[in-house]
Amino acid sequence: MQLARVIGTVVATVKNESLHHRKLLIVQSLNKDLEPQGKPLVAVDAAGAGVGELVFWCRGKEASFPFKREDTPTDCTIVGIVDSDQHVSRQ
Amino acid sequence: MILAKVLGNVVATQKNYRYENARVMLCEQITPEGDPGGNTILALDSVDAGVGDTVLIVQEGWSASTAATGKAGAAIDSAIVGVVDRIDLLENEAP
Repeated sequence: MQLARVIGTVVATVKNESLHHRKLLIVQSLNKDLEPQGKPLVAVDAAGAGVGELVFWCRGKEASFPFKREDTPTDCTIVGIVDSDQHVSRQ
Repeated sequence: MILAKVLGNVVATQKNYRYENARVMLCEQITPEGDPGGNTILALDSVDAGVGDTVLIVQEGWSASTAATGKAGAAIDSAIVGVVDRIDLLENEAP
């Protein structure tokens, strides 16, 4: 999983049926200092996240597991919302 | 599996139900020599790892999910599955 900031939303009218009614969000992954790490990605939301929130997302096949796992085409799904920036504790 | 250093953890109240009672650890990939600077990743703890520990992280869903929650099929892609005591390297062999 990776920490990320939700930095936007995506609207796609035409999409795979399994993605209907799913929220698509742009996430920018972050490093330990909460600085950007890598390029932004489009994630499917499984946690009720919104723009500006600090979240973590799951990659790969497992990303479809919160949904109808056989046929939901996603490789990036938001699975948790970090309570606040201060709730990332580190040495 | 990758080698990583545990930096801390994150607290998330609102999360996928399969993450209940799991510890989400903030980790940084390291080289076999122990040099930091790799990607920052999150992994669920399955071995009671602590901050500062060098750990083994498996980045494969079935293994990670089974190790961290006892059951496969969760939206989990990484889990800490070991705490490293020591690493011995041949001189001039590591990249």
